[in-house]
Amino acid sequence: MAGNVDALYIFLVLLAGFMCVAIFTMIVVFAMRYRQRRGQQAEPIEGSVALEVTWSVAPLAIFMVIFLWGAIIYFQERTPPRGADEVYVVAKQWMWKLEHEQGQREINELHIPVGRDVKLIMTSQDVIHSFYVPAFRIKQDVLPGRYTTAWFHATKPGVYHLFCAEYCGTAHSGMIGQIVILEPAQYQAWLSGGLTSGSLAANGETIFQQLGCPTCHRFDTQGRGPNLTGIFGKPVQLEDGRTVIADENYIRESILSPAAKIVSGFKPIMPTFQGLVSEEQLTALVAYVKSLSPAPSGAKPAPGTKPQESKE
Amino acid sequence: MATAALTAEREHYLNTDYGIRSWLLTTDHKRIALLYLVTITLFFFIGGFFALLIRLELLTPAGDLVQADTYNKLFTMHGQVMIFFFLIPSIPAVLGNFLVPMMVGAKDLAFPRINLLSWYLLVIAGIIMLHCIITGGVDSGWTFYTPFSTAFSNTKVIEAGIAIFIAGFSSILTGLNFVVTIHRMRAPGMTWSRLPLFIWAHYATSIIQLLGTPVLAVTLLLVVFERAFNLGIFDPTRGGDPLLFQHLFWFYSHPAVYIMILPSMGVVAEIIPCFSRKRIFGYSAVAMSSIAIAVFGFLVWAHHMFVAGISLYSAMIFSILSYLVAVPSAIKVFNWTATMYKGSIRFNTPMLYAMGFIGLFTMGGLTGLFLAALGIDVHVTDTYFVVAHFHYIMVGGAVMGYLGGMHFWWPKISGRMYPEWLGRFAALTVFLGFNLTFFPQFILGYLGMPRRYWQYPPEFQVLNVMSTAGSTILAVGYVLPMVYFLWSMRYGKIADANPWGAAGLEWKTASPPPTSNFEEIPEVTWEAYNYHEIPAPEEVPVGLQPTRN
Repeated sequence: MAGNVDALYIFLVLLAGFMCVAIFTMIVVFAMRYRQRRGQQAEPIEGSVALEVTWSVAPLAIFMVIFLWGAIIYFQERTPPRGADEVYVVAKQWMWKLEHEQGQREINELHIPVGRDVKLIMTSQDVIHSFYVPAFRIKQDVLPGRYTTAWFHATKPGVYHLFCAEYCGTAHSGMIGQIVILEPAQYQAWLSGGLTSGSLAANGETIFQQLGCPTCHRFDTQGRGPNLTGIFGKPVQLEDGRTVIADENYIRESILSPAAKIVSGFKPIMPTFQGLVSEEQLTALVAYVKSLSPAPSGAKPAPGTKPQESKE
Repeated sequence: MATAALTAEREHYLNTDYGIRSWLLTTDHKRIALLYLVTITLFFFIGGFFALLIRLELLTPAGDLVQADTYNKLFTMHGQVMIFFFLIPSIPAVLGNFLVPMMVGAKDLAFPRINLLSWYLLVIAGIIMLHCIITGGVDSGWTFYTPFSTAFSNTKVIEAGIAIFIAGFSSILTGLNFVVTIHRMRAPGMTWSRLPLFIWAHYATSIIQLLGTPVLAVTLLLVVFERAFNLGIFDPTRGGDPLLFQHLFWFYSHPAVYIMILPSMGVVAEIIPCFSRKRIFGYSAVAMSSIAIAVFGFLVWAHHMFVAGISLYSAMIFSILSYLVAVPSAIKVFNWTATMYKGSIRFNTPMLYAMGFIGLFTMGGLTGLFLAALGIDVHVTDTYFVVAHFHYIMVGGAVMGYLGGMHFWWPKISGRMYPEWLGRFAALTVFLGFNLTFFPQFILGYLGMPRRYWQYPPEFQVLNVMSTAGSTILAVGYVLPMVYFLWSMRYGKIADANPWGAAGLEWKTASPPPTSNFEEIPEVTWEAYNYHEIPAPEEVPVGLQPTRN
């Protein structure tokens, strides 16, 4: 991805450099050639329609090329590949809390094996932050009250800056961390060195039980709430006739404001869990609901196996 | 008064009356322009002082000069003061106020009392802002992003919001005055196609002020309501939407960039023909591009939000629209440059500023193409790349235009010439200091240094040192004109009615003009910029020789 961005950047630097040189040269040449001399009059020139059209249409054409090129890169940046490893990010004043699917938690540090697609599912506990890794050319604002996503694919082991790029108060410039990209073997060593308390989805299941969710969300068709098996990523028919895709934001909303989007055939009887679950518990719950939907077959090889084709 | 020496000869707007009341209760657009000049100059130096403190703090990677909270207040108040109390009023309220009636051949603006009211509004807003600064300041960023500003900041957000709310009405009333004046009060024969481009630019600016500023007012009011009365509008924990704030804020604040740059473009379009002794190249293209910028400028706001969490498809629409608004700017640059072709060019201070403007605005505009490219914006937005880009437009562009205009019309305003060699020296100092300050920031941004950072990783230090060095040079370049303008009010060479041999109606009356602007209202029978009919002045006035007549 960084390579794609840099290619367009270099193209733009060359284009801008060329235009600057052209215009500055014209100004300097005109300034020297036509400086005031005794007995020499300025030539009255009105303008030229042909020139006006040329220097409107030609830039527009070039601009459209830049637009398309930039839009294609943006589309890639905004579309995580299927089957990417998922990392949940909770931002708060002034630290990054990161949690792997397998349950490892980190603060201001993220360890990732080289050559993997990594999707970040991010939310904020307070104000707007922005997850920025300059080396990967990715940046995404992290908002309170919803999930935003970003993804990257690191090709070189190393330690890279993680910055908060959206001003968030006193220690905004201290809200920095590092992305540590490891060789698969080193990554395995790091994994085994850390303490985990079960995978994220398993933690989510515990919370799911503790909060009494299975009373209504039963794993058959008899519950007072919808059966959550297999719903993730699928369209859901709502009571008011609309259809929504059951993505992370939908699950989040259904926990915090259950009455907002009632599934067709059910009653708005679920109480809100706003204020009762922390952001970390929410991400665990979301991960658990997602785990109830089997991943598309073959989409997610285990870490350490042959990497997919390089995205860079 | 410095102008006392002139009283013996002729009555003009500066010597008709003396005393504080004759200034504070004046309805003369020229005197109100000077009231604005004093006000915004004060704010310019306050904002500049904050800027210097910011640059000094960034000299070293560690946060060592001021506390983090102080730093956050400094960049917030630098932005608020410079944008709302200097740049937005700058050219329209000073030069526009002084020149719009004269350029269209009118005795005053359409609503002289509203004009005075708009100055008082700015002063009231300014006093509130100063009070806010002195009693603790505000740290929300000039952008007031929610929910930080409404729920988390412990500083005087409400006070700053109210100050800017009131300043906005000053801006709306000025715009209203200009629109009505330009429509209704043109002298006989002054058709739309004969209007100076300065007027076209101010017309376009006024439209934005009238249509855009109320949205900012409403948005700030909503921020105040959420913060003071706990209403849930933008804060998600109270059922609000933080992105709604960004949409509303940028709906005004993107067009606001054009409020700052369009008048400057108008100034440049006056200076270049005068010092090239030529009609402007492509009059109607330059005039219409001002209107096009005003219209398209309202349709591009969400390009500030490409990483904020808007949908893929709205991002693409706002990206393509941003490229459309770049076309009229490109047209202007090409036409200004073409105007110099086969001219008879003199290099007085205003012309140096105008040429500097073209260069810096071109660089600012071209780097805008980077930011409008979605894939690039993701990387460079919220970094020093953006900081450099908008300073190239708003300081390299707008302030260069303002200073160029001040030098160009100073003989008309004061009746005195400024010292020409010192003027040229200051213009070059500003140009060099500016580039040294802000060019390294483009590189810093692409290397990944985020903006609004109080401390930063040490690898960014070299470029930051360059930037800080440049800012001290820039400061010298800004202080010089203020010193020699003041000096020239007493010691400058007396200016005649038209020292540059310029074409506009404002040069057909005495310097300084009489209170009614013209002895009798002129009838216009010629096209704008008829430089082939006006002889160039034999000797270019230099103004260094102190003359007391």
